Amino acid sequence: MTVRQISVFIENRAGRLEMIARLLGDAGINIRALSLADTSDFGILRLIVNRPADAEAMLRRHGFTLRMTEVVAVEVPDVPGGLAGVLSLLAAHQINVEYMYAFVEKTADKAVLVFRFNDSARAMDVLRGAGIRLLGEADILTK
Amino acid sequence: MTSRCFERKLETMSCDERAALQGDRLRAVVARVYEHVPFYRRRLEQHGIHPDDIRSLSDLSRLPFTTKTDFREEYPFGLFAVPMSRVVRLHASSGTTGKPTVVGYTRRDIDLWARTCARTLACAGGSRNDVVQVAYGYGLFTGGLGMHYGGEKLGATVIPMSGGNTKRQIMLMQDFGTTLLCCTPSYALEIAEVATDMGVDMRKLKLRAGLFGAEPWSARMRQAIEERLGLQAFDIYGLSEVIGPGVSSECDAHCGLHVFEDHFYPEVIDPESGQPLPDGERGELVFTCLTKEALPLLRYRTRDITRLMRAPCPCGRTLVRMERVSGRTDDMLIIRGVNVFPSQIESVLLEIEGTEPHYLIVVDRRENMDELEIQVEVNERVFSDEVRGLEALRQKVASEIFSILGLTAKVTLVEPRSIERSQGKAKRVIDKRVL
Repeated sequence: MTVRQISVFIENRAGRLEMIARLLGDAGINIRALSLADTSDFGILRLIVNRPADAEAMLRRHGFTLRMTEVVAVEVPDVPGGLAGVLSLLAAHQINVEYMYAFVEKTADKAVLVFRFNDSARAMDVLRGAGIRLLGEADILTK
Repeated sequence: MTSRCFERKLETMSCDERAALQGDRLRAVVARVYEHVPFYRRRLEQHGIHPDDIRSLSDLSRLPFTTKTDFREEYPFGLFAVPMSRVVRLHASSGTTGKPTVVGYTRRDIDLWARTCARTLACAGGSRNDVVQVAYGYGLFTGGLGMHYGGEKLGATVIPMSGGNTKRQIMLMQDFGTTLLCCTPSYALEIAEVATDMGVDMRKLKLRAGLFGAEPWSARMRQAIEERLGLQAFDIYGLSEVIGPGVSSECDAHCGLHVFEDHFYPEVIDPESGQPLPDGERGELVFTCLTKEALPLLRYRTRDITRLMRAPCPCGRTLVRMERVSGRTDDMLIIRGVNVFPSQIESVLLEIEGTEPHYLIVVDRRENMDELEIQVEVNERVFSDEVRGLEALRQKVASEIFSILGLTAKVTLVEPRSIERSQGKAKRVIDKRVL
């Protein structure tokens, strides 16, 4: 059970992030979560949106270089130590995290952790085995 | 004013006498390449020319041209006119793609080269009493070893410094009493900068003249170099395909570069039609090597733009003069003295991306040093959604470019379509250098 994430290449210059946000907004696409990895020259914007296929087609039409990536989303209690518990489980199984980010659900006292693993299948087995709830697109894209 | 000549008789003979000598040499060289270079035999036969058809200089324009592409197709030694057992030296410069342009020399060619480089030094007033610091690179590049042998042939004292290590260059100039400096004009300015930082007043040293070449420069740079280093600057010209440095050189009249035409016969042609142009008109410079043994080229197209001037020179030399090169007919760039073709960079990107690359070459000069930046559009084939993946891509492009050109390039990843496309064909080069 994975979630589609759109990764977009952007140059580190004024207005690029704004342009993507505006294009998505104008198309009525809602951003559920995002993270920006940046270097001095460029950045990689990672987005989870409510209509991934539409967002992908629209951004591509505007000439952006992007890639659809499968990420793993898990739900943890929004309390101190919530993230640490998941990370120590992964570390114990020597599973590497390529990158991750998190967001908080407004309506529940839950937090959502989004992971990119180099071996997603094994990571998901470990998480499931420990009773951690994996979220599908139906769980997080319906806004 | 009659300045010093290394080979006075050959440099000051009457034009008629020289034309007869050149005609004899032309006949001999055409016969020789027809006999010994399969490439030229084929080429001449394709044009319906037999060596017996070439009787004097006026027949030269009937001969086909030789180009850099021919070097690539005959790589590495196909244009050589002697067996490898007679080749005592190889040098190489950039080709238009990955493979270099290879040139070879027999023992006699090395001696000829030393003599034309000695003429070059003598043009700048050099003699056996001079101390010559050679700060051109030594190695496959012809600049260093060419001027080195020239200095020795002249009987001067040669300091084989090669490029770089600027503080040490300045220290030895002070301690050894260097009188003649050979380097690229941009390196001359770098020396001036470093000397200022070190608190050394270069004008108080024994430096008397500088022989600068291997890259384009301007009257403004010449003035800055002369003021800051306290020397007289001389423009020198050469290319490895013809021999290296020692093809032509400015004398102290500073009105063009005397071509050592008894060995390297120059023509200026219309680059579009290939037709020879009358003296005084600007066009592409073409050389025929009249006397070289290992690599005697017929009508080699240099892609350099200049014009020829035959009015008598106050220095007494009767050798034709060429104006300082004002540009190129192709897209070759000279960056830190290295010949760079955009096609070389394109082939690196094509290899890595596996598709038609979109890129922009930006050349700038900061603190007298050329800087090369390659902007590469990131397409979906190479896009990684991890920073380290993109950093690895950047590193790979930079290291491939370094291995082909020997130049460090800053590689910048940019968004698709951020590089301007004009009429379907992208503008590939922005040269911001102010010479």
